[in-house]
Amino acid sequence: MASAKVQPWYKTSSSLKGPLLVVENVKGVSYGEICKIKTTDNRELLGQVLDTSREKAVVQLFDSSMGVDLDSQVQFTTKPAEIGVSRKMLGKIFDGMGRPKGKFTYTPKKYLDVNGSAINPASRRSPSDFIQTGISTIDCMTTLVRGQKLPIFSGAGLPHNELAAQIARQASAGGEDFAIVFAAMGITYEEARFFMEDFKKTGALEKAVVFMNLANDPSVERIITPRVALTTAEYLAFDLNMHVLVILTDFTNYCEALREVAAARNEVPGRRGYPGYMYTDLAANYERAGMVEGSTGSITQVPILTMPAGDKTHPIPDLAGYITEGQIVLDAGLHKRGISPPINPLPSLSRLMNNGIGKGKTREDHSSVADQMYAAYARALELRQLVSVVGESSLSEVDKKYLRFGEAFEDKFINQGSYTNRGIKETLKLGWELMTILPRSELKKAKKAFIEKYLPKKK
Amino acid sequence: MSKKITEEKLGRSKKSNSTGKNVGEIMRVSGPVVYAKMRAAVNDLVKVGNTGLMGEVIQLEGSTSVIQVYEDTIGLMPGEKVVNTKKSLSVALGPGILGGVFDGTQRPLDVIASKYGVFVPRGVDIPSLDMDKKWEFKAKVKIGAVVKSGEIIGEVKENPIITHKIMVPNGIFGKVEKISSGAFTNKDIIAKIGGKEITMVQHWPVRVPRPVEEKQGVHRPLISGQRILDFFAPVAKGGVAAIPGPFGSGKTVTQQQLAKWCDADIIIYVGCGERGNEMTEVLSEFPHLKDPKSGQPLMNRTVLIANTSNMPVAAREACVYTGITIAEYFRDMGYNVALMADSTSRWAEAMREISGRLEEMPGEEGYPAYLSKRLAEFYERAGYVKNLSGGEGSITVVGAVSPPGGDFSEPVTQNTLRLAKCFWALDANLANKRHYPAINWLRSYSLYNRITDKWYNENVSSDWGEMRKRCHKLLQEEAELQEIVQLVGVDSLPKDQQLLLFAARLVREDFLQQNAFHEDDTFCPLEKQASMIRLIFGFYDTAKEVIEDLDLDKLRESSGVQELAQLKYRQNDTFMDGKHEAVEKEVMKLIEKSLR
Repeated sequence: MASAKVQPWYKTSSSLKGPLLVVENVKGVSYGEICKIKTTDNRELLGQVLDTSREKAVVQLFDSSMGVDLDSQVQFTTKPAEIGVSRKMLGKIFDGMGRPKGKFTYTPKKYLDVNGSAINPASRRSPSDFIQTGISTIDCMTTLVRGQKLPIFSGAGLPHNELAAQIARQASAGGEDFAIVFAAMGITYEEARFFMEDFKKTGALEKAVVFMNLANDPSVERIITPRVALTTAEYLAFDLNMHVLVILTDFTNYCEALREVAAARNEVPGRRGYPGYMYTDLAANYERAGMVEGSTGSITQVPILTMPAGDKTHPIPDLAGYITEGQIVLDAGLHKRGISPPINPLPSLSRLMNNGIGKGKTREDHSSVADQMYAAYARALELRQLVSVVGESSLSEVDKKYLRFGEAFEDKFINQGSYTNRGIKETLKLGWELMTILPRSELKKAKKAFIEKYLPKKK
Repeated sequence: MSKKITEEKLGRSKKSNSTGKNVGEIMRVSGPVVYAKMRAAVNDLVKVGNTGLMGEVIQLEGSTSVIQVYEDTIGLMPGEKVVNTKKSLSVALGPGILGGVFDGTQRPLDVIASKYGVFVPRGVDIPSLDMDKKWEFKAKVKIGAVVKSGEIIGEVKENPIITHKIMVPNGIFGKVEKISSGAFTNKDIIAKIGGKEITMVQHWPVRVPRPVEEKQGVHRPLISGQRILDFFAPVAKGGVAAIPGPFGSGKTVTQQQLAKWCDADIIIYVGCGERGNEMTEVLSEFPHLKDPKSGQPLMNRTVLIANTSNMPVAAREACVYTGITIAEYFRDMGYNVALMADSTSRWAEAMREISGRLEEMPGEEGYPAYLSKRLAEFYERAGYVKNLSGGEGSITVVGAVSPPGGDFSEPVTQNTLRLAKCFWALDANLANKRHYPAINWLRSYSLYNRITDKWYNENVSSDWGEMRKRCHKLLQEEAELQEIVQLVGVDSLPKDQQLLLFAARLVREDFLQQNAFHEDDTFCPLEKQASMIRLIFGFYDTAKEVIEDLDLDKLRESSGVQELAQLKYRQNDTFMDGKHEAVEKEVMKLIEKSLR
């Protein structure tokens, strides 16, 4: 900032294709630096250098290129994309580039490069603290742990926003040192408004930093939005020792923006036209979660992505699944039956669950309950399929009980509504109650001692 | 190729400097690829820019060198200098390497963490090995002896289980003019051979295989204590196994189980483009886990290469070479080494990413046309060898593959399968049913079965090979019957077939399923494996005799069958040293009681 030299304005643009502007005869332009573009009608836009050489620089515009002509002037700032961070950001709303949205200012404590650096694996701490989301299906079967990255795999028409808001609302219940960083990437105004109203109503907004890139905002700006959000989260977590929950929605829009830039650069496309480096790029975002030595804070990520056509093998959910530590899968069938939140526990998974549950963390019988209900529900669904072929009358008595269990599990356990907050003890108690539907000899996954202790006696 | 490596390339020359013709200038920066005006040879290691980022020359175009940079290039500017070190990317091999955690270019992450904090800074230049720690060196040859390259001249007891053999570096040979035992650091001269002074550390370029006397055939299994692997599809010591599987099917858990329990002397664990928290898990778990043989912390025999998914992509490309070179070094000492690469798909993708930046003509699915060559070169570095020091050693490579969408027809899986003789197919359906390890018993195979059956028959139990074949057949028949059951239901099958399904289910649930988180079940000794399967067949054969009077539903609840299910949780000790016979007798009695 103290650079005395005034950066020149170049008027040497030679081509503009999509979001890419080529500036000729530049000097001293570094890779990744941010530049300003002043159009002939005096609009000011931002861009970032994607390729730099002795003769020219290729600049990716973050704003719409509409109205930009080759007479526009370009100034290079010598700095990479940065965001000024401070505790004062809590309760404020920013745009997708991290600029204040609305009339407020704040004095940043420091400026950070939004690209961040890789966390040294040797300085990470193993995530092992249980987060109570108050949602039975998640707490019991797909337990979220502090420092985890657990995406919600959703689809068009499914209530992933309600679920994310519910997690944000209920998980924030504990403690002063809790913060939410919310980044919207290309979601609609309606969706954004839903979140804002919910945050306002519940008071969560005071603890939240919100970054908004809406559907009608420039798509390329979306590439910066999660980085800005995660840089802020890192500051809150590792400098200010807060427990930060980061909600990023919707990563599908982010990937579309990546593809747009890659196509504009004539890059060799990978699967379905997405760039070959999408894995690396997604990882650069998702890996910015965790806990580190020397700080008591944590970053827990709940990214949301909508699976195109509900296809889990589509590159976006597929690559995400390889990077993140599990997934929460929403199910259209459950949703249609009016079950809320429609989380299907069978394809859902939390890789860090075993670290966060059990004696001293949740309760000793937690894994017994989770394993038993998982097995029983899986069996119930198998039988449901069979019934549609052979009819219920041909099932054995035990199998009929499984069917009843499956229904009760969906109606009572999964279905709790958006505004019910269940404690983990309550969730486990409910689990044991449901298990009484099954004959005791079928409870093979649960430990005998826990069955004795927790299974309600039949009247 | 290896003969051409000059001493300079091997990194013993410290003459590289920042003056003269070894300095060039950046012309263009495009992501991890930098173009510089500089004289260089392909694979020269260079320091790029004012921060000295590490990079490697990968192409030459006229006077321009194309460099892949191992660190984030943000902020690099045309005009900044590039220094050619005239070495190729090498690893430092010497005492202190065990228990270490390195990034893809062998920078010590634990040292970096203690010096620079939580994030990995750019341009760090720290020696890979501790240069100040003193090691007790014991000379094994006398002054006046004539030695050749690769010969062992002394040793350092690096930790209670591993003795680090000090070998004559490649290219050095002749009369030992000076050597003495004592406490030395890695900087100290320990010997003078053929007129050249050597330290305990040698450097080796990672892309060049270390020489051996000759490759040999494999002849014994790598024992992992994992029933489905040891019994069904064992990999031989010196062999290659591939584990492809979609996400969430348990690749990493399988790799970690192998790293924990397999009976190799040295484990090299390469986390290539995977999760940071997984590496942390290994780092926090291994020092506390005990090696089943020696009772010593597992970290003592482990070297960790951690290049997580968010670390620079070019370093990811290098990390598997770094890993295998360290593996070769221990092989040359006469150890059996197992290298776990998790995941080779990320490595291939790194190649694809660099190739894309170079605007090379893509092959299948955007991967470079040289993908299969690179994979082959890498996997060929596995093997059972006679090494230069006259002993034997081996490298077993277990490569995880992460096929997009779980589709095994993609190029990385297919190219790997052409090279690997052992295929462990992870199956999402099994994982969804929480059948772990989720390795599909019908699709998986091992071409080492003939060799390993022989070894098992001679060393564990003479009926091993017989039982394995019988087991394979049983499960194959089960799969065929299941198709019929889908159509007509179990009840319409004849009773002998119902019994077959019953027995096959016992094999699947009570034998193949194994709980990695259970104290005893996590590692299953071979004697226990043999007993378990023998008892299941004992049950099957006895049940066949009384088939007319059997009520299979009741049988499931009987104490005999329940006992079979609990076998895996029995203490491992109760099967060792010939005690398994008593266990088998006891359980067989229960089974017979239940049947009659």
